[in-house]
Amino acid sequence: MKLITAIIKPYKLEDVRDALSSVGVLGLTVTQVKGFGRQKGHNELYRGAEYQVDFVPKIKLEIAVNTDRAEHVVETIVEAAKTNSIGDGKVFVTPIEQVVRIRTGETDHDAL
Amino acid sequence: MTRLFLAVALLGLPCLSFAEDVLDGGNTAWILTATALVLMMTLPGLSLFYGGLVRSKNVLSVLMQCFAIACIASVLWLLFGYSIAFGEVTHGFFGGLDQAFFKAISEDSVSGGIPTSLFALFQMTFAIITPALIIGGFAERMRFSAMFLFSAVWLILVYAPITHWVWGGGWLGEMGLLDFAGGTVVHVTAGVAALVAAIVLGPRKGFPHQAMPPHNLTMTVCGAGMLWVGWFGFNGGSALAANGDAAMAMTVTHISAAAGSIAWMAMEWIKYGKPSVLGIVTGMVAGLGTITPASGFVGPMGALVIGLSAGVICYYATHLIKRKWHIDDSLDVFPVHGVGGILGTLLAAVFASSELGIFSGQGLAEGVTIGDQFVVQAIGVASTFAYTAVVTFILLKVIGVMVPLRVSEEEETQGLDLTLHDERGYDL
Repeated sequence: MKLITAIIKPYKLEDVRDALSSVGVLGLTVTQVKGFGRQKGHNELYRGAEYQVDFVPKIKLEIAVNTDRAEHVVETIVEAAKTNSIGDGKVFVTPIEQVVRIRTGETDHDAL
Repeated sequence: MTRLFLAVALLGLPCLSFAEDVLDGGNTAWILTATALVLMMTLPGLSLFYGGLVRSKNVLSVLMQCFAIACIASVLWLLFGYSIAFGEVTHGFFGGLDQAFFKAISEDSVSGGIPTSLFALFQMTFAIITPALIIGGFAERMRFSAMFLFSAVWLILVYAPITHWVWGGGWLGEMGLLDFAGGTVVHVTAGVAALVAAIVLGPRKGFPHQAMPPHNLTMTVCGAGMLWVGWFGFNGGSALAANGDAAMAMTVTHISAAAGSIAWMAMEWIKYGKPSVLGIVTGMVAGLGTITPASGFVGPMGALVIGLSAGVICYYATHLIKRKWHIDDSLDVFPVHGVGGILGTLLAAVFASSELGIFSGQGLAEGVTIGDQFVVQAIGVASTFAYTAVVTFILLKVIGVMVPLRVSEEEETQGLDLTLHDERGYDL
């Protein structure tokens, strides 16, 4: 089992969600986050004074999938979230040790 | 010309008794309205304008300061302020205490066609907004107790005497200073006091390297809109009558605000490639502050020039004070109000002239040239500047001995809302 964590541009959320639904992803968690990468934030202007704002608003998606599907899901996210401009985001894949569905007590693959 | 000086004279007259005056219903209705408009400038206009400009951890502290000043200034105006400003004229520096406690005012008292109580109340709203403007200079770091004490004593020692000098029959008014609605009385005093306070208190922690952007520009724009509307009462009401002077004062006020906005917006658009919302509303305040002293004396085209120059000069003044000199006048009170007030007071001498073609105003006094008037205006600005700076400085130093002026570094980091008021503006 893998946990796929994707940081994407906020306005790409709907595209990514639609793409994931089309490849059979049944659930995901969405969080509004802030951060920066090579993009290095952005400038804001107040009364003629420029401020460098380090943190840019982003969306974080978390999706737990079986290992055999992880690669396809990652490709789907990358394809849907790509704009070819700076700040498109990143996808991280990490192993999951255990999953429990709270309602039924099912574990691991049965719980996904 | 007669109308011009009638308006000026009216400002000084209410200190005298007018047994023969007859109440004018139209004038009274307008000044009642104007009084409400000027109070709206502070509560809620300035509150929202300033509240949005500070960081979210200090929003309540600013709203609290505006509200508390409205309360203490009202009471002090009743007790002594009004009398020091508009009481008996003796030496021309401070009014006598014959009007203390509004003791000569009854419901039948009439001055210049309006109830004397209404004149006192209208002037009270000016006495409220002036110290409230100053809080922008020391926002986000001054202890509430020190601010409260400072505002109260400053009103009595600075605002009321200078009002007497200019409007209460004092020496500047006698010299013929043109200040229709408060360029020197309100804007220069508030701007200079804010600058001195910012220097005495020192910059906010992290200034100028740490970004301290406004936390809610939506609030700021709403407050700015209320200030614009309220300014109609400020300048239009200063005619003290429902007449052509009031109408023209409102017209030039409106034009100057619009021109100031466009000028500031253009400066940023040219320099940074984008017109900012804070820029357009700041230009509006600069245009309004600058036209204020001139509003009863200039014509519409003069107002256009005054507004445009306000937008450009106040913009550069903001850079100079904050970015070059690194003085943390937090909400730019001096560059916008102080510089605007000085500029408008000086330009009043020029655009009041009736000899400028389409840029003419209502005319200078008989035999007075633009140069003569300019000298008087410059004396008014210089004396107001110097007196305000010296008294404000001494006052802050004396108060600083009694109570700490600033919050501690830890309190400043945590925010004044929680540390001084045990409340938070937002609990989302």
